[in-house]
Amino acid sequence: MNIKPFAISFSILALSACASQPPVQPAPPPPPPVVEAPVIVEEAPAPVIQEPVVEEIVLPKLPTPGSLEDFIMSSGGDTRVYFDYDQYSLTDSAVASLRAQSSWLKTYTDVNVIIEGNADERGTREYNLALGARRAESVSSFMVGLGVSPTQINVVSYGKERPIDARSNEDGWSLNRNANTKIMSGTVN
Amino acid sequence: MKKYYIFKNSIYHLSIYLFLVLLSSVSAAAQLTIDITKGNIDPTPVAVPDFLSENPELSQLGEDMASVIRNNLKRSGLFVSLNPEGFLETQVNIDYQPNFSSWRVINAQALVSGRIVSESSNKLRVEFRLWDIFAGKQLIGMRFITKNDQWRRAAHKASDEIYKALTGEIGYFDSRIVFIDEKGSKLNRKKSLAIMDQDGYGVKLLTNGSQLILTPRFSPSAQKIVYLSYENITPSVYLLDIETGKRTKLGSYPGMTFAPRFSSDGNKLLLSMIKGGNSDIYSLDLNSGLSTRLTNDSSIDVSGSYSPDGKQIVFNSDRGGNPHLYIMNSDGTNKKRISFGEGRYSSPVWSPRGDKIAFVKSLNGKFSISVINPDGSDERALTESFMDEGPAWSPNGRVIVFSRETRGRYGSNSIWSVDLTGRNLKKVNTPGKASDPAWSPLLP
Repeated sequence: MNIKPFAISFSILALSACASQPPVQPAPPPPPPVVEAPVIVEEAPAPVIQEPVVEEIVLPKLPTPGSLEDFIMSSGGDTRVYFDYDQYSLTDSAVASLRAQSSWLKTYTDVNVIIEGNADERGTREYNLALGARRAESVSSFMVGLGVSPTQINVVSYGKERPIDARSNEDGWSLNRNANTKIMSGTVN
Repeated sequence: MKKYYIFKNSIYHLSIYLFLVLLSSVSAAAQLTIDITKGNIDPTPVAVPDFLSENPELSQLGEDMASVIRNNLKRSGLFVSLNPEGFLETQVNIDYQPNFSSWRVINAQALVSGRIVSESSNKLRVEFRLWDIFAGKQLIGMRFITKNDQWRRAAHKASDEIYKALTGEIGYFDSRIVFIDEKGSKLNRKKSLAIMDQDGYGVKLLTNGSQLILTPRFSPSAQKIVYLSYENITPSVYLLDIETGKRTKLGSYPGMTFAPRFSSDGNKLLLSMIKGGNSDIYSLDLNSGLSTRLTNDSSIDVSGSYSPDGKQIVFNSDRGGNPHLYIMNSDGTNKKRISFGEGRYSSPVWSPRGDKIAFVKSLNGKFSISVINPDGSDERALTESFMDEGPAWSPNGRVIVFSRETRGRYGSNSIWSVDLTGRNLKKVNTPGKASDPAWSPLLP
């Protein structure tokens, strides 16, 4: 919302000193002349008015259908699904997210994705590469099962090489055990 | 008696020739012997005075060469290099017998007396004698001729000869370590392939960090490295000849290949390939290009490593539930589990001596570099930390190098070494953060 600056006029009037004069006073001085002060038009200072909350709510700009933003939104804002320790089976929330991703990918069949399988740091490098591959495959085969064309999907495992959270605790690890659906090509701008 | 080694090392298009000649007679049986199979609680004191030179311009080099040898011996954990300030005798010529009693007084058990002579404008002659102080006799005397700029290698060769004379085992000092150089924070690591001398000198980057590179392994028979590179959409194993710089993508596999290991003759490779999310182990004949599938089931099968005779393979599999170690014949038959302890087992590598398999054991949130006999007996943890992984053997099978990563937000990797006995745990100097070390064979 945009508030237009408004003009303020200031009138300065000189006041006559006429009230409560002492009773005995010889020859009162002539009253000062009444001067019309010039009207000064000033630029208002930047308004410090808090905008009303209701007016701050901006309707989300809908992403262009078929765009990367559209895909992210349809995935619920996160293109990753998360796994339990040393597991590659899909959780309920992963299934829900992948259903949404799959239906989007079935709509936009020109889009190609790569499923990146990731593991947390509590495994050795080569084993984690194998584990990440299983996670990526879980996502890929689920999507294909829902009718996404296999030609749209590539898979790769990064093992523990691509953490998204640096903490060495369960909070960090649970975020790093994921498979990310990354769009490679085919989206509209 | 005369022994010649001639080698040509043209990794950076630089040819080096080094001749090794025995000086005078060599006693067949050394009296001073060090058993390196046991944990050496009392390292043997060795005196290595600065190498002599009549040419004043070479006196600094004489100090530097002796220092390289002292450091090598000390880092082996088998020796203490005595402080030269305590030496009572100052030899002026190495061709005379030392005054043994003045070395016995400071408890030196061996003495290395060396000399450097300028052979030509760009060549040095390095000579040394190794004396057994208590037996009062020379163990070895040798002469090397080397290019000036290769003096460190001459010092490493001398160290290997000293190690061999005193322990009866082949040394590992004239060798290199390939590793992953790491830059950046935990969430933004840049990994490049790098190589250095085993003592951390002469680091060279072999890739520029634009591609993720992991798990290099050295050929046991040639100056060649295999590693995993993410340069294409399907990551795969590459072979790099570090003498010619030639790089080859190995095999034509439909899926990602990783976890490469050479056979001991360098002619074959084991690697894992991912197909349909499942990893299995394949052997690849590097000469014919033929590939053979060795595992075929729905579990993770990874990190295969040949026995030195090439007849067997140890590998990592979770076919029994948790990841454990298994052995099979090199044709894939007769798979059997060899690890039965608690915890999770991974990353096995067979010792070049054949007697041990190094691996990573994970238990109660800690990771250990461990060893086990090929029959599954005598499992021992050599180290323990938040993350110790990626063991690789020294060419003589006595030392293991590995990666250690520290915990937390600022966690970073460094390279460490530990003796087969579990003693002598040491950080290996690298210019920055580093991981995935692998040892070269002894240089020719």
